Amino acid sequence: MGGTAMIDARLLTKTLSQPSYATRLDARGWTSLLTIAHAERLTASLAWRLEGLKVPPKAAAILAEAKASAEVGRTHALWEAEMARRALGPLGLPLILLKGTAFAAAGLDAARGRLIGDLDILVPRDWLNEVEAALLGAGWEWVKPDPYDDAYYRTHMHELPPLIHAARDRMIDVHHTILPLTARVKPDAAALIAGAVPLGDGLFTLSPPDMMIHAVAHLFADGDLNGGLRNLWDIDRLIREHGAVPNYWPQLIERARLHGLVPHVSRALRLSQHLFETPVDAFLAYEARKGDIFYMGRLLARNGWGQETRKIVRLAFYIRSHWLRMPPLMLAQHLWVKWRRG
Amino acid sequence: MRHSTTVTIGPRTFRIGSDWRAPVDAVDALYRDYPAPASLIPDYTVRLEAAKFARRLIRPSVAICGDYTLPEAVPQSLAHGLISAEMAMNLQMALGERRFLLLHASSVEKGGKVLIMTGESGSGKSTLSALLASRGWRFMGDEFALIDPLTGDVCPFPRPISLKNEAIGVMRGMLPATRFGPLQADTAKGDICHLIPDDAAIAAMHNPAPPALILFPAYGLPCDIRPVGKSEAFVRLTQASTNYTALGEAGFDALARLVKNVPIGAIDYPDTDTALALVDELWAALP
Repeated sequence: MGGTAMIDARLLTKTLSQPSYATRLDARGWTSLLTIAHAERLTASLAWRLEGLKVPPKAAAILAEAKASAEVGRTHALWEAEMARRALGPLGLPLILLKGTAFAAAGLDAARGRLIGDLDILVPRDWLNEVEAALLGAGWEWVKPDPYDDAYYRTHMHELPPLIHAARDRMIDVHHTILPLTARVKPDAAALIAGAVPLGDGLFTLSPPDMMIHAVAHLFADGDLNGGLRNLWDIDRLIREHGAVPNYWPQLIERARLHGLVPHVSRALRLSQHLFETPVDAFLAYEARKGDIFYMGRLLARNGWGQETRKIVRLAFYIRSHWLRMPPLMLAQHLWVKWRRG
Repeated sequence: MRHSTTVTIGPRTFRIGSDWRAPVDAVDALYRDYPAPASLIPDYTVRLEAAKFARRLIRPSVAICGDYTLPEAVPQSLAHGLISAEMAMNLQMALGERRFLLLHASSVEKGGKVLIMTGESGSGKSTLSALLASRGWRFMGDEFALIDPLTGDVCPFPRPISLKNEAIGVMRGMLPATRFGPLQADTAKGDICHLIPDDAAIAAMHNPAPPALILFPAYGLPCDIRPVGKSEAFVRLTQASTNYTALGEAGFDALARLVKNVPIGAIDYPDTDTALALVDELWAALP
């Protein structure tokens, strides 16, 4: 029998915020920690945090491999950004990077060990047709040739349907804003683009406060919190790097108001503070609200075998993710179409 | 998970958890000759889960999960639980391995030098490695050849050999019954029976050795030996690798070194005796 003690992802969040906690783990504790970290895509981030600490040889080898692998991933991601820059260069638009690739290109702490999947970029909505044509001309092609999904993306989503590069097998997500068009909150995409910061090599990122706004939007409003710990870890890293910069917090408050995401930012700060001991602005974090505990339960719903736990909580968040994304009638229509097609 | 076990093969340790006892017992039986894991921390976690909660008891079907999971993988019958466990371990290696360059190949060693055989399913690379192992070669693996980018050596990964269909009868005629796992009939790939590597192969599973010859065998063709150009071999081996792209520069360097330093040929054979004669001939001709 291999019974699992009642372990959840707090083992991981605790070790990420206080790395010395790992020195108290036995082999079983390490096994759970590494398995949970893997499932949350945080092994290489953990590896960076544990650098210099004495860990068991096997764990050290696993962590070193994860780090090296994340480094290869970083190179691939930056190359992919460069490929997009070359493809879109003739349009004369700034190439605004989002999420992992932006962290890596800007050399932020949040990029350390951060796994990067797709290339996410932000372009003005008026330019979508030109951008799409330029990418298709440079070797990207459609992933989902399904007419319903395609039309759905184009009418209601904040991004084009995903494109994949035929030769390099890498996906690009072309965003024109940071939340689905059907969501109740409407961030100001033009302000995001206008505030973008050049990196000097033809690449841009969002400004530090907008970067945080996007991380928060990504964590809450656009999904069921699957993989949420990784997104929350991004938030912790961004705050620790930018939070001490003069004027960061007033700007963040102003941008949160502008984009209509004040309660979301507040909750993200509280969760990050609670799980990662992030130093946050007390005014913006406001005071704990009842819902916080459900978010925490959802974020930590993972056992030492890497399995998702707390089915009901997860289901509630799944339903919530659709509820946030669509008005009720539209949701009913969407689920009807999806159900009929199995 | 309710039931679990741990197995070490060469450099990799797997933790296998299951909702049912039977697959874990079958794994323990198949790996009974393997030494206990040196480290209590596994490299990979594998989970055999009930596809749906009710499927734990009623027409039980096994979903193959773990650190790495293929969402489109079809659940297997519990009767084939051992194959599910083996598939799950293969999947972790194929998708997760980042330390070694993985080639879909079998490997055997003699005189401190390694023969690598790579090819599509049905090329006979598994059967040939089993036959060579019964003739004085050390068996190093029939599924994955692990190339160490630091040294260029082949690292043993001597899993039980998964024999299919006719190959089962051929090997049963040559080796004692104790070396075979249970026959698993009517799987997606036909009949499957595992052949447990001999004691010497298991005892030496931590001893790497340098590659000396790479062969691309093809079964069912008239006897032929052809040289394979370095660049063609390079491209074919990138296709035979599950993690070449993921390793980035280290993968390129490891594969370039392998192709540059090691003689490469293709052999076509109508029957296994011919294949073994061809291997002997090419091996004897090595410098």
